[in-house]
Amino acid sequence: MTDAPPIIQIQNISKRFGKVTAVDNVSLDIQAGEFFVLLGPSGCGKTTLLRMIAGFELPTEGRILIDGQDMAGIPPNKRPVNMVFQSYAVFPHMSVADNVAYGLKIAGVRGGEVRDRVAEALELVKLGGYESRMPDQMSGGQRQRVALARSLVMRPKVLLLDEPLSALDAKLRAQMQFELSELQEKVGITFVTVTHDQDEALSMACRIAVINKGEVSQLAAPSDLYEYPANRFVADFVGSVNIFEGKLILDEPDKAAVDCPGLGKVYLNHGVTGPHGADVWVALRPEKIYLHIPGEGKAVKAAAQDAPDGHNFARGTIKGMSYLGDITLFEIELESGARLRVSRPNLSRHDQEDFTWDDKVSMHWRADSPVVLLG
Amino acid sequence: MALFSRSPIAPLEYSRTLWMRLWVGAVMLFLYAPLIVLMIFSFNDSKRNVVWRGFTLKYYDKALNNDALIEALVNSLTIAALATIFSLILGAVAAVMLWRFRFPFKGAVDGTISLPIIVPEICMGVAFLMFFAKGLHWPTDLVWPLNLGAITIAHITFCFPFVTMVVRSRLASFNREQEEAAKDLGAGEWQMFRDVLIPHMRPALVAGALLSFTLSLDDFVITYFTSGPETITFPVKVYSMLRFSVTPEVNAASTILIILTVALTAIALKLQGVKAIAETH
Repeated sequence: MTDAPPIIQIQNISKRFGKVTAVDNVSLDIQAGEFFVLLGPSGCGKTTLLRMIAGFELPTEGRILIDGQDMAGIPPNKRPVNMVFQSYAVFPHMSVADNVAYGLKIAGVRGGEVRDRVAEALELVKLGGYESRMPDQMSGGQRQRVALARSLVMRPKVLLLDEPLSALDAKLRAQMQFELSELQEKVGITFVTVTHDQDEALSMACRIAVINKGEVSQLAAPSDLYEYPANRFVADFVGSVNIFEGKLILDEPDKAAVDCPGLGKVYLNHGVTGPHGADVWVALRPEKIYLHIPGEGKAVKAAAQDAPDGHNFARGTIKGMSYLGDITLFEIELESGARLRVSRPNLSRHDQEDFTWDDKVSMHWRADSPVVLLG
Repeated sequence: MALFSRSPIAPLEYSRTLWMRLWVGAVMLFLYAPLIVLMIFSFNDSKRNVVWRGFTLKYYDKALNNDALIEALVNSLTIAALATIFSLILGAVAAVMLWRFRFPFKGAVDGTISLPIIVPEICMGVAFLMFFAKGLHWPTDLVWPLNLGAITIAHITFCFPFVTMVVRSRLASFNREQEEAAKDLGAGEWQMFRDVLIPHMRPALVAGALLSFTLSLDDFVITYFTSGPETITFPVKVYSMLRFSVTPEVNAASTILIILTVALTAIALKLQGVKAIAETH
């Protein structure tokens, strides 16, 4: 999908409501066949952006092209996109089949073709046989499938989904994440989803645009976003992270070091191309920190050998623990007084018994684990 | 269900406590005893409506053969039907306008639209009398049903604000995403209105129609001021019959009217589903 023109081109789009700027000069290209996610906290402008693609809001500045065609002045009912609404907006007075057939009937499709396409769409969302049900006889998850079928039956170029899973319970949400990705692969339609849930975004997306205060903070594939966040906002918003302020004391093509008052000296086995002595931030994910019982000194040394002595190493006291089954989360007070969050997988049944409150522990991390953030 | 079951009464099961049942019974009696007495005495074989002298249907026969009374009843039903149709259209359009659009003096319109509900009927009656007789010089010698025009217009005036109120409260619960969903699927403004908004409004429209019909049917004060000699309505006719004496004939006619309205309401509720009416708050 490198040579094909983007299915959606968002060019310098801004949207202001009075004095409030909801979307601030955003430019994005969304490729055909992509599962694209707009991720951000509530009120960041992601839904406004989606609604501008659908045509329910008009941009104050900039333009949106869908399949190369400028959408300025084209009302929602004439755009080659369909939307699954947050409330699903299934028509309560129509049966499932009538709901799904609604768009086709408006479009002038008649007779047997309507029936066939409705049946096909319902089959796609695994609601075959539910044709005559009324929406109030269905669960939230089923209603969402109706909304999906109602949009998919139109064979849109782009399917827009506004917080599609937010109203579902955790188990169903996990299942639907999987099903949505599967469905998207099957129909090959470009999906653009808005969500505030990072798990949802990471599990489903081809690419994610993290939106903060109306601007795109970072646009990347899920693993890049998690492992190489571009700034503190992304590092903090996507996943859990420890962030320490420090000064860049060494920066060469193959190594770098940051002196953090809170954490000690942090060594990296790659350069960061920042100005020497600059104020930077070090981000360290909880799962990338190894925890050791004191006395395991040799093991620590051996493990941290990819960094010079005294680097990528810390000592502290366990001040908080939460056992989550698969992992245990530790809150550790360092000698500097700063707190560090560490997660540890419970690889054996007795792993959670290794540590308890007020234990003195030491920690290390690999030289390729920390991320240095300039902003 | 288990009206006489011996299971212990739960703390909030007020309907099973004795004093509550007695109270409900007393309220029901207070509300419906006059109507029941009226109905019973319509079968009374006596000219004076005081003492029970035996069962008869002759007053029903008499009432149904009283041409003036039947004419008044037909007038009333015609006016009620016309007033209902126009009130429904006007009221629904006003409700949608106020809910959907911004326009100059919206606040003023919003504030005055329900004025006919508040203004005392007697004032409305006098106002209509002046308006039709002195203001418009409304002709009184038109053929039926055009001669009912003045009364019908007056009835529409006090009926449609009720429709507006009921429809507006229903519209407040409309999920705007449904409107957007319809448009997203290709519907234009009018198609959205027909396929999504009107079905949503329907219970309120039925409730509004019922309100209008019954309000119009039993209105006395305003009708009294706007009716001419040729356009007597049922309540006005009953009132004029009462001036001589309360005969069982009046009871019989009233009973017919009560049964008629109850039947109409029951049919409307059946068509719509009682649940949907209740949903309009």
